[in-house]
Amino acid sequence: MVKVTNLTKTYGDFTAVDNISFEIRKGEIFGFLGPNGAGKTSTINMMIGLSRSTTGEITVGGIDVKKQIKRARAIMGIVPDESNLYNEMDGFENLCFCAALYGMRKNEREAKARLLLERFGLKGAGKRPFKAYSKGMRRKLTIAAALIHSPQVLFLDEPTTGIDVESSRQIREMIVGLKQQGVTIFLTTHYIEEAERLCDRVAFIADGQIVASGTVPELMGSVAHEHTIRFVTDRNAADLATELVAELQAGFAGSKVEVRPDQSLVMVSERRIPLLPVMEFFHDRGINVYEARELRPSLEDVFVELTGIDSSVLKKDKEKGGRR
Amino acid sequence: MKSWIAFWNILKKDVKNYYLKPPNISWGIIFPLSWTLMQLIRSPGGSILTLLPGLISMSVLFGTTSMLAVTITFERSGRSFERLLLAPISLSIMVLAKIAGTVLFGIFNAFVPVIFAAFFIDLRAVSWGVVIPAVLLIAVTSALLGLLIAVSAEQVFEAQTFSNFFRFPMLFLCGLFIPLADLPIFLRPISYCLPLTYGTDLLNGAITGANVLSPFLSFGLLLLFAAALFLISRHNINRKWIM
Repeated sequence: MVKVTNLTKTYGDFTAVDNISFEIRKGEIFGFLGPNGAGKTSTINMMIGLSRSTTGEITVGGIDVKKQIKRARAIMGIVPDESNLYNEMDGFENLCFCAALYGMRKNEREAKARLLLERFGLKGAGKRPFKAYSKGMRRKLTIAAALIHSPQVLFLDEPTTGIDVESSRQIREMIVGLKQQGVTIFLTTHYIEEAERLCDRVAFIADGQIVASGTVPELMGSVAHEHTIRFVTDRNAADLATELVAELQAGFAGSKVEVRPDQSLVMVSERRIPLLPVMEFFHDRGINVYEARELRPSLEDVFVELTGIDSSVLKKDKEKGGRR
Repeated sequence: MKSWIAFWNILKKDVKNYYLKPPNISWGIIFPLSWTLMQLIRSPGGSILTLLPGLISMSVLFGTTSMLAVTITFERSGRSFERLLLAPISLSIMVLAKIAGTVLFGIFNAFVPVIFAAFFIDLRAVSWGVVIPAVLLIAVTSALLGLLIAVSAEQVFEAQTFSNFFRFPMLFLCGLFIPLADLPIFLRPISYCLPLTYGTDLLNGAITGANVLSPFLSFGLLLLFAAALFLISRHNINRKWIM
């Protein structure tokens, strides 16, 4: 549905986007992750025709964005990182105006505006001026405005940055709903957990280059990691004495065992840990196991490993976003 | 058809959001009235008819240049202008829609002194067939000058400052206060590069019969200015705002 090939953007000597290529399949949510300044917005701006690429090709729905931007925009819905609706107009007027920009007739645009206001829980605020909306409401109306002409591809630039938890949850549910309706979604975010939860595939961008891309399990599998299993038993830390820990380590060569402050026991090994022998080990000693769970690395761990960017950088970006 | 729906709605939105706001309506009435009264007090024996071309020109010039520059800069700072740039319409339609509102506002401004004058003098001798297109072309060229300013300005106050840089020299060089023949010879080429010179001359001819240039030449040159300014503005937007 979307194809980006060898895309580069330079500003003088500075290369904002450095020869990136990726494809987005129809009906998929594609996450574009990176810290502020990584090249996310430069990429999205080139894809929507708000910025010219230095080199490279972009097609959306088979339409060359560089050559036929008007046709391409007709099938795109665009949600910028900051709301760009009109403060002087109310919610309903804003939606109707956006529909008119896509050439929709009066009856059609008013019906669609009413439908979207209801769908986004803004029916009661339809006649309120946009400037009186809360941040979450503003973001929801901006997304509604991007959907007014039923686009095939939706570009979402940091859709949940700086808004309240409930609105973020509603927006995430809406994104999933749109995917189910077959809308292709390009999502830029620096909320890694959001990408992990929503995206079919993810690309990591750092310093203008795509460092890795794939499905979340593929990305997790691409990084070598130790196998860790956490056991919750009926014993407390004192009961799980050092002898038991030593015995467990001796019985399962190559594994390291430690007791965590939350009374759980964690076993770490470079090889996969077979569960049955460990369970039998506990059973033989009269220890009941209530929970045994493999602790996998998070997408954030994978991001840090692949990009070399400390997760605190992303956290700072989140805080900046929250203050916006 | 789709483009014209967009055009009409951009125009309607601008008129409702900006031009029909009380401060702008009062500006559109009070400003031309003030100019008229100032001129009448300054030259009590002067004929209202001879003042009319200058008053119309000034009202249109001041009403249009700053208005478009300010509204576009305002929309750009709030990022709502980006929504127009991202719409599936051509840049030409968008530019035409944006200047259309300002041109209407300029025409409204132009006719305030005319209505005021109608209470005191007989305007039947005025050639309205020339005045109306002349006012329209002055409004179009001034609005496009405002658009050129908007492309260069980042903030609303910059747009206002740049507007004054254009407007005041234009007023003194276009033959409104000083006839072109009385201007120092080195300033005359500049006068002939200003669209307002031809607009004022057309109005002078239509209202008092005191034109210097042929009306056909003035109309032709104003149309050329309008086309050139439109193309330059469109090119500048394309170059500066779609980076």
